[in-house]
Amino acid sequence: MLAATFADFMQQVVSGLASGGIYAALALALVIIHRSTGVINFSQGEMATLCTYIAWTLTVNHGWSYWPAFVATLGFSFVFGVATHRVVIRPVERGNVLRVVIVTIGLLIAINGFVVWQWSGEPQALQSPFGTDTIDIGGVVISWQDVGTILVTLGIVVLLWLLFQFTKLGLALRAAAVNPEEARLVGVRVTWMLALGWGLAAVLGAVAGMLTAPSVGLDPQMMQPILIYAFAAAVLGGIDSPFGAVVGGLTLGVMLNVIGVYVDFVGAELKLPVALLVILVVLLVRPSGIFGRPEVKRV
Amino acid sequence: MPNLLELDEVEARYGPVQALRGVSLTVDEGEVVSVLGANGAGKTTTLRAISGTVSRSGTIELSGKALKGGPEAAARAGVAHVPEGRGTFVELTVTENLRLGAYARRDRTIKDDIKRVSEYFPWMLERGGQRAGTLSGGEQQMLALARALMSRPRLLLLDEPSLGLAPMIVREFFRTVRHLNENEGLTVLVVEQDARIALASSARAYVLEVGRVALTGSSAELQGDENVRRSYLGY
Repeated sequence: MLAATFADFMQQVVSGLASGGIYAALALALVIIHRSTGVINFSQGEMATLCTYIAWTLTVNHGWSYWPAFVATLGFSFVFGVATHRVVIRPVERGNVLRVVIVTIGLLIAINGFVVWQWSGEPQALQSPFGTDTIDIGGVVISWQDVGTILVTLGIVVLLWLLFQFTKLGLALRAAAVNPEEARLVGVRVTWMLALGWGLAAVLGAVAGMLTAPSVGLDPQMMQPILIYAFAAAVLGGIDSPFGAVVGGLTLGVMLNVIGVYVDFVGAELKLPVALLVILVVLLVRPSGIFGRPEVKRV
Repeated sequence: MPNLLELDEVEARYGPVQALRGVSLTVDEGEVVSVLGANGAGKTTTLRAISGTVSRSGTIELSGKALKGGPEAAARAGVAHVPEGRGTFVELTVTENLRLGAYARRDRTIKDDIKRVSEYFPWMLERGGQRAGTLSGGEQQMLALARALMSRPRLLLLDEPSLGLAPMIVREFFRTVRHLNENEGLTVLVVEQDARIALASSARAYVLEVGRVALTGSSAELQGDENVRRSYLGY
């Protein structure tokens, strides 16, 4: 009896890690843009949805298999992110932060409208690259979909970490984000670095979207709840901490899954309010998040 | 032989405020030149005009070639600008700051250069993983200088390096600059509030007043000048 209960619990944890990986990817996208542009990109979820529709079109209309479509979509999303920054964000970037925020909200509406216009609001099915099989590890039944989701999100996060930590480009990206004036003085082309940051964020969003669609179904509103979870994850980990975004995402995924199953009145319906509660509590108790540094203003 | 740096009737403005009203100056290869003046005379703006961080008009030439465009272009042309108030990336480590110093260079001898530069500042090798923001003010100023050296600059611009530092640290900083000038032929244009140490460290100096060059001469001459002594040296 107890063994069965423990196996159930572990199952919830593993599938929570899979959802958490997706939240982490999108939260990391939010953090990258917040660090470089200084705003929350409210259109991050819709950008991900658009990219996922590209993957869907490639697989369904053009007969591509999942992985080539996945890679092509990452390429598209990168260019899309860079172009979004160059064309839409850069002209309003100087000056009031609120202007940029409003532009990202405008983008959210515009992209959502475009997606509905182009692909209709009908839900579509994106095939899962991992099949529907499960494996049994000591009584804990885990779906390949969950295992694959965890591995792909972790893989992308590790690749990004290597890029930021060990390459000249990564160093320039970080320098441009933390101190743009100084970065220009050493020769970094800052506006291009910010655009690259938007590109990388869009890639992370596309990964999140393509991993979400097989299990929940693809529709124009698909990423909206995920974006709320990603907000919660980013706030929990610290909005300026990439590491915090990943830990926050995984923590939130497991927490929501476990609460959803073991706390009767929450169920599946109240998960979103729980995420909002997390945002509220963190902002009240520790506004800089678990791994964020409190903002210090020099006098 | 042309001067390494030549400014001719350079003007610059911040919105409606004109900060430079026609500054002309030259710096020869291997020279240390200082720029003195009261607050608001245009000292910092002169450096910013050279590195392209303020919009300006007039001609600015490095070895006879016009410096145009923003600071990225100036950095690529060999100008290293250490701005006022420490020029470090406080969130990045000491080593990362040094690597960024060499960003505009294309060759791959960065490790050798970190070693070479660290000979002047031995503590930097041991504390390479430390975040720059946790260094003391003096150490940050040294790091800013080391980072500038990493670019193998043809011209080093220093803006108020003495600001907020203890006198002993200031002397050590200027000693290092003189050392670099004598040993490696580094050319330096330094803006300084502390006229005494600036004149002691440079061969020539310019005195700015309300955006124009009011006086120029060898540092020894200026040290002996009655007005300079009264206005800037205070004795």
